[in-house]
Amino acid sequence: MSSAAPVATGGVGAIPPVPAAPVTATGRRTGSLVWLVLPALLFFIAFGIVPLVGVLVLSFTSWSGIGDITFTGLTSWRAVLADPGLLHALWVTFLVMALSWLFQTPVSLLIGVFTAGRQRYRAFLAVLYFIPLLLSSAAVAIVYKALLDPNFGIGAGLGLDVLRQNWLGDPTLALAVVVFIVSWQFVPFHSLIYQGGVRQIPASMYEAAQIDGAGKVRQFFSITLPQLKYTIITSSTLMVVGSLTFFDLIWVLTAGGPGDATRVLALDMYVRGFRASQMGLASVIAVILVAVGLLLALGLQRLGGRDAGASQLEGA
Amino acid sequence: MDRKNTSRRSFLGLVLAAPLTAGTLTACSGGTAGPGQPSAGTASIWYLSGQPAEDVRKTAVETFNESHPDGRVEATFFANDDYKTKIRTAVGAGQAPTLIWGWGGGTLAGYAEAGQVDDLTSWFEENPDLKAKVIDSAWGAGTVDGKIYAMPMQTMAPIVLFYNKPLFEQVGAQPPKTWDDLMALVPVFNEAGIAPISLAGQSRWTTMMWLEFLFDRVGGPELFTAVYEGDEDAWSNPDALEALTMAQDLVRAGGFIEGFDSVVADQNADQALLYTNKAAMMLHGTWTYGSMKSDGGEFVPGGDLGYMNFPAVTGGKGDPSNTVGNPAQYLSIYSEATDEQKEIAKQYLKDGVTSDAVIEGWIGIGEVPVFKGIEDQLAASENPEWVTWVYETALNAKSFQQSWDQALSPAAAEELLDNIARLFQLSITPEEFAANMNAVLGQ
Repeated sequence: MSSAAPVATGGVGAIPPVPAAPVTATGRRTGSLVWLVLPALLFFIAFGIVPLVGVLVLSFTSWSGIGDITFTGLTSWRAVLADPGLLHALWVTFLVMALSWLFQTPVSLLIGVFTAGRQRYRAFLAVLYFIPLLLSSAAVAIVYKALLDPNFGIGAGLGLDVLRQNWLGDPTLALAVVVFIVSWQFVPFHSLIYQGGVRQIPASMYEAAQIDGAGKVRQFFSITLPQLKYTIITSSTLMVVGSLTFFDLIWVLTAGGPGDATRVLALDMYVRGFRASQMGLASVIAVILVAVGLLLALGLQRLGGRDAGASQLEGA
Repeated sequence: MDRKNTSRRSFLGLVLAAPLTAGTLTACSGGTAGPGQPSAGTASIWYLSGQPAEDVRKTAVETFNESHPDGRVEATFFANDDYKTKIRTAVGAGQAPTLIWGWGGGTLAGYAEAGQVDDLTSWFEENPDLKAKVIDSAWGAGTVDGKIYAMPMQTMAPIVLFYNKPLFEQVGAQPPKTWDDLMALVPVFNEAGIAPISLAGQSRWTTMMWLEFLFDRVGGPELFTAVYEGDEDAWSNPDALEALTMAQDLVRAGGFIEGFDSVVADQNADQALLYTNKAAMMLHGTWTYGSMKSDGGEFVPGGDLGYMNFPAVTGGKGDPSNTVGNPAQYLSIYSEATDEQKEIAKQYLKDGVTSDAVIEGWIGIGEVPVFKGIEDQLAASENPEWVTWVYETALNAKSFQQSWDQALSPAAAEELLDNIARLFQLSITPEEFAANMNAVLGQ
């Protein structure tokens, strides 16, 4: 669960595959590289693996957060799996994941392609697009909450009835608002990835296409999009796995409400653990969260196909 | 015992280290140097933030520190909803402040059972004057199995029905004496384009206050006592089902402001709705008087704020003088604090929270301290009518029931709040509510 967490904060969760170290004839270089890995590895073990094992152990116990921990075998697992709340939380998590992916991917792809151009006005706009990424999720949530307030928000302030909806009080609207704000916040990050991806496509390919008479649209679909295949997979992995850990924004914005309309798995875990003080049940949900995250990440890696190492630049 | 503690703590430390727990919580795993962590020779206390009460709490600490140069108390402030989570986590992780502030009841019972707070019974026997200072009815929620684990302090906070007088004049209506009156007022205000009732539904404990009163008025205090004691099927008592149905009737009639599900009490938005003339009534704790006074401009000083006890239910079993809310707030002493810290903490209980400056501070912001013999101070205060009314409402109530979410264990309370939110959202029926809650009885 912790390995997925930095993704949510827009950090660098996925470590790009490091090409095998060139070994010198004496083989000395390999030894020093192992030492270089050590600090990061220790951190990962201390803050990634050890808590994970702790949570796994806790999931077979019953514990109120204070007092003694009692081992109760599979009781917590049975309780969670029999609870309709789990299925609902899984469904909401899936909805947030799917809808925010559907929203973010085309938007950030287009913005990325647009800002990849070298014109100065594009660079200026790119800076503006980047701003939401600089704000903390909690701040974003507080501001949106104030703006969307039906009585004191932007709708009431400007007298615009269109904006005067029960944004966070209606279950369907609240989910849509969550998806929108999550996307609003993370589109800049993915645009940046796409911008980098587009800039790596050799200009010679576009020149060749132009000579062949391909227009801008044709160039986009025949060159840019296929060339961005791995960028799309990387960005999608970050989006999908990252959306599993959305917590701060939703917590501040709706606290999972109204009712349980926006209670994603991470929120469900927090509420059970730290509100209801049922650490055993919360740990079960945490383990499920880790499993789902790992499965998704693996599945998306597979999407890259077996020829993942094959060159995309044939003919360039 | 020691070994057990260590393993328990390291477990929590591990859980806390996981980034998935919210950022605020990771702060408590950061070692002993963090804010609010006691250093030797200094007792620490965590309080709720939010004006104007925050200033009174600061006064308590400052005056104590001035008169006790040998033993300092250091206060840290947290927002209400965050605090409830944070203090419990800190106790579990062995990082709690010397003085544990709370509402008594189920949470305190949990601490007491786990040996995390000191039994103060004998200390109060040695200090009979201090014990006699606090009103008798406040001790119940600080007592577990006949032993005193917490000292009642601060203020008695019954829940009352506030109303906006100019809005009632505008529609030509009288404050509701009965539940039927209240239901009849709903269409009147809605037609005038005014929300009948302001409610911070996202906070859920605010919504709960409506049920607490309905349960009391329909079935008497015994109805919830049966739940508290874990009697089988206590929630599906016919009186309980009737009260639940009445609550939903009020929601269906459009009694609460539109979008109440997204209003949060921590930001006082529900109070703002009342004093900005957007809503006509609000059921809330007496502590909101002070914040409405400081935030609402001329609303409170101009006499526009009306208040009354919850209306009677015709034919109901509960006495109309009954009230619900917080009989007091409580301070316990953390069992793993050093002896030096515990000594300072006890001095603070004796001199800090009962000093005249503090009592005057509470009365000054319109709240009523839980100490005896303050009638004269109440009468001489800035808001004599209000504080005297609160004092009498609390003392004359045939039953003063503790807030449900404080009385029950955290697990049962969370389930309760969750189901109350759904009940008011009309996504479950009263029968489903009762079935869900019966399943966690006695937890």
